[in-house]
Amino acid sequence: MNNFSSPAVHADGLSKRYGELWALRDLNLDVPAGTVLGLLGHNGAGKTTAIRILTTLASPTSGSARVTGLDVVADAAAVRSQIGVVGQYAAVDDLMSARANLRMIGRLYHLPHATADRRADELLERLSLADAADRLVKTFSGGMRRRLDLAASLMARPPVLFLDEPTTGLDPEARSELWALIGELVGEGMTLILTTQYLDEADRTADQIVVLDHGRVAARGTPTELKARIGGERVAVTLSSPAHVTIAAQALEPYTSGPVASDGAEPEVIAPIQPGTRLMEIVRALDSAGVDASDVHRREATLDDVFLTLTRREQPEPAKEAVA
Amino acid sequence: MSSTSITIAPPLLARLRWQVADSLVLARRNLAHVRQIPEKLIDVTLQPLMFVILFAYVFGNVIHIPGGSYHAYLFGGIAVQTLVFGLMGPGTAIATDLREGIVDRFRSLPMARSAYLGGHFLAELIAAMLAILVLSVSGLIIGWGIHTDLPHALAGYALLVLLAAAMIWIGTFLGVVARSPDAVQGIVFLVVFPLTFVASAFVPLEGLPSALRTIGEYNPVSTFAAAVRTLFGNPTAVPRGAPWPLQHPVLTSVLWCLALLAVFVPATLAMFRKRTEG
Repeated sequence: MNNFSSPAVHADGLSKRYGELWALRDLNLDVPAGTVLGLLGHNGAGKTTAIRILTTLASPTSGSARVTGLDVVADAAAVRSQIGVVGQYAAVDDLMSARANLRMIGRLYHLPHATADRRADELLERLSLADAADRLVKTFSGGMRRRLDLAASLMARPPVLFLDEPTTGLDPEARSELWALIGELVGEGMTLILTTQYLDEADRTADQIVVLDHGRVAARGTPTELKARIGGERVAVTLSSPAHVTIAAQALEPYTSGPVASDGAEPEVIAPIQPGTRLMEIVRALDSAGVDASDVHRREATLDDVFLTLTRREQPEPAKEAVA
Repeated sequence: MSSTSITIAPPLLARLRWQVADSLVLARRNLAHVRQIPEKLIDVTLQPLMFVILFAYVFGNVIHIPGGSYHAYLFGGIAVQTLVFGLMGPGTAIATDLREGIVDRFRSLPMARSAYLGGHFLAELIAAMLAILVLSVSGLIIGWGIHTDLPHALAGYALLVLLAAAMIWIGTFLGVVARSPDAVQGIVFLVVFPLTFVASAFVPLEGLPSALRTIGEYNPVSTFAAAVRTLFGNPTAVPRGAPWPLQHPVLTSVLWCLALLAVFVPATLAMFRKRTEG
């Protein structure tokens, strides 16, 4: 089914403007079949806009994109038969049973009756929903709804699957269950485009990562490449209160090799440290600045650091705003 | 219908077949909803029945109809009122869908683009026909009857179905533009409810104060009711000196329905595209 002569997903200068605002600007993508692309970014960075255009739900203002070689605008109808989409909100019908939902989606994928029914049963079994198959979806937990949503996207065995923040709002157990399933799908050779704010998830799953910021590509590469680029060791300081973020950042200044990062919401600062810096010196500096730190440790750079470094706004607004 | 051109367009006949098949799959979804929440059918079954009983036996004795019985007069009015209120069903259903992610799900499937609204339309039209059936049977029980020939009777039912179609599209429009299902209900009670009462649906216009009477005479609800009464051979109680539209209710009603469809079908499709393709 895959068109081997072209990448599973290709985008060329993809842009979308809403009024005066460019939600997405000049996105270029090349996702080989069978690989996983992670789109990272804050809310409003353009991730969902990119997914909506690639899945034919929105049309680009300029630029073009192809999915399995088919143009998302000119061949929109054909593209839809090649993709599965899991949106941010579980798009399932509350007033129908899980089985009825899947059968309906199968029929709308134009599968023959018998095939739709059989696939529905297979997927319910595979996604551990068989026991709840005939229950109304409105009685489902968040994790069950997500699994059903994923099952719906898999009804036509699409070669390309789009997942827009698939684990948002799930508890840790449901999250890891869902990732196990997604891992299986990747193992079976499916091409995956996913957006997430949980960077550890992207780190584990994605072959290629594109970081979006204000609609533009801020960086791209493999997780390893990205981590190597901003490189080096980090010191992470956990504070007793977000009010200490600014003082802590100032105290760290002499020992850092780059900007001090903080996402503003957590009482934590992270900074790349100069080679040879001893942890003791940092602890002393923090202490004499009057910072109440509950934990100070060194570690290797993570994708979170990449993300914070690349998409950092001006110095984090400390304290008061962070509380909200 | 599709806003995008398809390079390899499937043959027209195959496309039509999928349009119908997909709409049926989605209409069946509404049916599944009714099975879970049977109250959804109240407005097309018990509610008209209640109005029949209420008006026929509570108000019926004090309302005098020139040239016939009130029970025979009542049928046309309640039929029209029920169908006009039928715009609430698609309105709330579509507003609810749009608030959730399910419309995006449907739009990402290779189904016919028209099938989503088409499915709602089919389901609502079936509900409206059920209402017409319930009303006809209850009408026959209280003494309403058809006193014209078969072609007129069929034309009467055809007009009711045409009216239902026009109202469903108005409701669909409201569902697409409203911010929430509650907003649809608000609009219906503010606009539609008075519209069905300042009309000849339940009482002859002659008894109304002059300002209301003028509104009632030009109110399309009066025209629809008079048209149904004319086609079934029931008393119309159209006042002498009524304006031209009310004197020619059948033609005016057909024109009204066609005009409403001509406005609301394209407007709904345009708004739906605007709302979902962002």
